[in-house]
Order: sequence, then structure tokens, then C-alpha cells
Amino acid sequence: MKKRKKLLGFLVVAPTIVAIGIFVYGFISWTVRTSFSNWNSFSRLVAGKFEFVGLQNYQRLFRDWRFQTDLWNTLFFTLFFMVGCLVVGLFLASLLDRKLKGGRIFQNIFLFPMALSLVVTGTIWNWFFAPGTLPKDPAGINLLFHQLGLDNLLWGWFTVTDKIGQFNLALIPVIIAAVWQLSGYTMAMYLAGLRGIPSALTEAARVDGASPWQTFWRVKMPLLRPITLSAMIILGHFSLKIFDLVYAMTGSGPSNVTDMPAVYMFELTFRSNRYALGSGVSIIMLLMVAVVIIPYLISTFRKEA
Amino acid sequence: MQKKNWSSAWVYIVLVLFAFFYLVPVYMLVATSFKPLAEISMASMWQLPKRPSLEGFIAAFSRLGPNLKNSFLLVIPATFFSCVLGSINGYIFSKIRFRGVNIVFMLILFGMFIPYQSILFPLIQFLQKIGLYGKIWGLILAHVVYGLPITSLIFRNYFMEVPDEMLEAASIDGAGMFKAYFRILFPLSIPAFVVAIIWQFTNIWNEFLFAVTITSDPVKQPITVALVNLAGSQVVQWNLQMAGALVAALPTLLVYIFLGKYFIQGLMAGSVKG
Repeated sequence: MKKRKKLLGFLVVAPTIVAIGIFVYGFISWTVRTSFSNWNSFSRLVAGKFEFVGLQNYQRLFRDWRFQTDLWNTLFFTLFFMVGCLVVGLFLASLLDRKLKGGRIFQNIFLFPMALSLVVTGTIWNWFFAPGTLPKDPAGINLLFHQLGLDNLLWGWFTVTDKIGQFNLALIPVIIAAVWQLSGYTMAMYLAGLRGIPSALTEAARVDGASPWQTFWRVKMPLLRPITLSAMIILGHFSLKIFDLVYAMTGSGPSNVTDMPAVYMFELTFRSNRYALGSGVSIIMLLMVAVVIIPYLISTFRKEA
Repeated sequence: MQKKNWSSAWVYIVLVLFAFFYLVPVYMLVATSFKPLAEISMASMWQLPKRPSLEGFIAAFSRLGPNLKNSFLLVIPATFFSCVLGSINGYIFSKIRFRGVNIVFMLILFGMFIPYQSILFPLIQFLQKIGLYGKIWGLILAHVVYGLPITSLIFRNYFMEVPDEMLEAASIDGAGMFKAYFRILFPLSIPAFVVAIIWQFTNIWNEFLFAVTITSDPVKQPITVALVNLAGSQVVQWNLQMAGALVAALPTLLVYIFLGKYFIQGLMAGSVKG
């Protein structure tokens, strides 16, 4: 009886297992295979003859200046975006944790960008940060600065090609837009965490003479560590594959200052028919995401089992 | 007491400043979309419309109307199928522990984190083979399959909370597996359905990568793709662009405004630990 039930259960989820098996693992294998081929033109793809070229496409990518730029951009974008979301989210959550009147309204305001499409966000922020023709005809936020008499703040935003080390300063407005969109998410996570801390704990700290500041850092923060870790993983894997926002807001930018692997992959595969190279980029993206996600999934399920 | 009032005044000031930061783009979006074309100029871009008009919206609807319809035709069936299948999966994965169930579930979950770029090229070739490339049903298929991990997770976490005794009692009564699902779990899982439906609706509505690569014919594209094309077409009719962005954002914004609580629950489920 029990055995039959288990078999039946397995049969019910079998279609999902097959679908995911094909659409996730089968397709990934096919992409890996493509990345080892010479399918870098439409005619070669149509001819369909598979010619194994080993790691040639990967070697080409890592020697490619644009792809190198993409990796640096991803690194700095991920770093600043993650820190931005965590700091802003934690700060807002700690303010809202005091159960103020109207706190709910603020919470909803900070979280609403999560409901927006990244394409909409990109369209708006593109307009917001478009520098206009400097210095005569500023636009967007530059115009606002100009009208407020803050002309020394006029800047080219996502059109500048200045760098600090390998960090393209043009990424700053993109980072601001991404933090704007996702910091509400970290706020919501921290807020749920803070509200889950038993008041007996903070009360005990207060009785022991800890200042609110000390209570926050010594008592609450350590308890929030798992949330910080989850948030970092979710935000990190999001930024490693970011596409929509950059594509709609800035594209690659002058000399690829705001280019990302996902944008490059899109152009390689769908604009210039270099399927093998595009597949290579996507597999590198997958590996980066897997490094972050797989340990997270395993640790989550080990705890549960 | 005095001191406490001061500190909460400071908190409010900081919160208002942040609210300002979050709402500035909305101000610009709304203000610009209600401007008539005649009022569109760089110098006045931060001002409210002097003579509010629906010009931008009329133009946006006439250009984006078909795409808006496409988005609904895509989102409704894709949400429906991924939620129904997710619910059944969630039941099995939470209540029927066949061998290797956790590993299988983990392998399925991995599918929700992968960069879709890594399956995109084979997916398109596959859709071409089965004749669904360029069609809404091709997009629906993609969204149903790649939506299964998250919907299964939402329902699994929800059903984990249902005590096994409840199901056992039903099976002693002679109710089979399916009866147990339809009689006990399904009616209980309405809140989980609300969370999953809202989550899928929002995500599929907002999605761009599949939309832009699977549908190439502008008439068949969902609204997100049409919006990007509109912005890229070098029009200086900003009122049209911003009205278009507002129209594209409105359905998910309305969902957020009226059902925000459930949206947040979906958000939390997405970070695996429900």
C-alpha cells in the first residue's frame, strides 16, 4: 500500500522532472556543446555539421577586451549594488522597526519598485540620468542641479568613460537604479528578521545597561546574520545575470563602460549570429551563478533533512 | 519624553527624505505622461503639466494596445498552468517521501536560479522544431516550465505546515491520494494560490529576455518589448514614452497596491527559506 503510494507520487511529479530535465539540464548540455563548436555564423549553424573546437571559444572570450571589461563591470556592479542594498535595507528596516505611526506607508513606498518591470525602471532612469549636452543644455538630474545653482555637480553620468582602477564610473547611475529597485527587498527581509527577535532578548540587554546602539550591533545584528547571507546570495545571483535594466537603461555605453556579460551574450547570439561565443558567455555566467547558489541550496536542504 | 519626541521627529525626517528618493522617478513618470506634446521641452521637464492632457496616453494606447493584449494573453494561461502544476508538485514533494525526493527537489529548484541565457539558444531551436517559435504559446510554454520551480516551492512550503495526521485521517477514511488532495489540501491552499498567482503574474508580466528573443514580430510581442522598442525609436515624444511606461507598469502596480501583502510573501518564498 505504502509502496504503491510512493510510486504513484513519483508518477505525478514525473512530468515535471522530465520537463525540468530537458528544459534545464538538457538545454544547458546543448549550450555547453554549442560553446565547444565552431558555430559562429548563420551558415555554419544551418549546415549543422558539428565541428569540435575544444576551448577555443573560451580562449577567445578571455582574450577579448570587451569580455574582460564585462567581468570587471560585473565584479564592481555586484559589489556596490550588494553593499548598497544591504546598507540601505538594514538602515530603513531599523527605522521602521520602531513601529511608528504611518510606518506601513513608508514600507510600501520603499518596496513598490520591486513590483515594477526592470524595463520600465530602465526607461525612467535613462531619462533621469541622461546628461543632456553639457555644459550648455543640461537634462534630467543635471538640469535639476543647474536650476538649483549646483552647476559644479553637472556630470556625464552613464556616458562618462573615466575609471578608477578597473571601475567604470559610468556604472554609478546603473547601481543607483538597481539599488532603488531592490533595496526594498532587503528592507523587507531585515524587517521580518527584526520583528522575529523576541523582545525579551532586547529587554534583557537594556536592563543590563546596553545602549540602543549596542543592543542593535551586539544583540540584533548577530541574529540577523542568516538573513544577510540569504540576501547576499539572492542579490548576488541577480546581479551576475543582470540584463533587462542595463539593456533598457544604457546598453553597452561608449567603449563598453556599462556592458555586462548578459548584454554581450545577447548581442553575440541574436545580433551577430556568433552562437558558439554567445553560448560560451552564457556558460561562464552559469558557472558564476552556480558557485553562489549550489552551496546555498545544499546547506538549506541539509538543515531541513 | 521630550527626548523621545525629538528622536522620532528625526526618524520621520529621514524616512521622508528616503520616500522622496523612491518617489522622484514616479513623479517624473506621472508628470511627463500627462503633458501635451506642446509642453514637452528639456527646460520644463521637472515641472508639472500646465495643461494636463491625455494625448500621451491616447498615443501610447494606440501604439501599445496590441502588445498590452498580448501580455494578458501570455500571463493568464502561463500563470494558471504553472500554479496548478506547482500545487500538485508541492503536495507530492511535501507529503510523499519517495526515495531521493530531496535531491530531485533541489535539482528542480536550481532551475529557478540559472541565468536563462544558458538555455536560451537551445530553447529557441526547440521551439522552432515544434512550431511554437514566435508565437505566444511558445512563450507560455517557456514560462510554465521555468515557473515550475518557484510555484512548486511556494506550495511545498505551504503544505509542509499542514499536519500529516490530517491526511492520514483521510486515508483511513478510504480517501485516495487524489481525494486527499482535492478534499483537504486544495481548499486549504487558497492563500498559497494567491501568493503563487500574484508572484507569477508579476514576474511574467515584467519579463523581458524570453519575450524579446522568442517573439520577433512586433505585433506579437508583449508590452515590455514594445516599450523598449518605443524608447529606442528616437522619438522625442517623451509624454508618449512615459505614458507607455506607466501603462506597462500599471497592472503589476495595481496588484502591488491592493494585494501587496501576498506579493511580499512570494518575495520571501523566493529566497528559498519560506
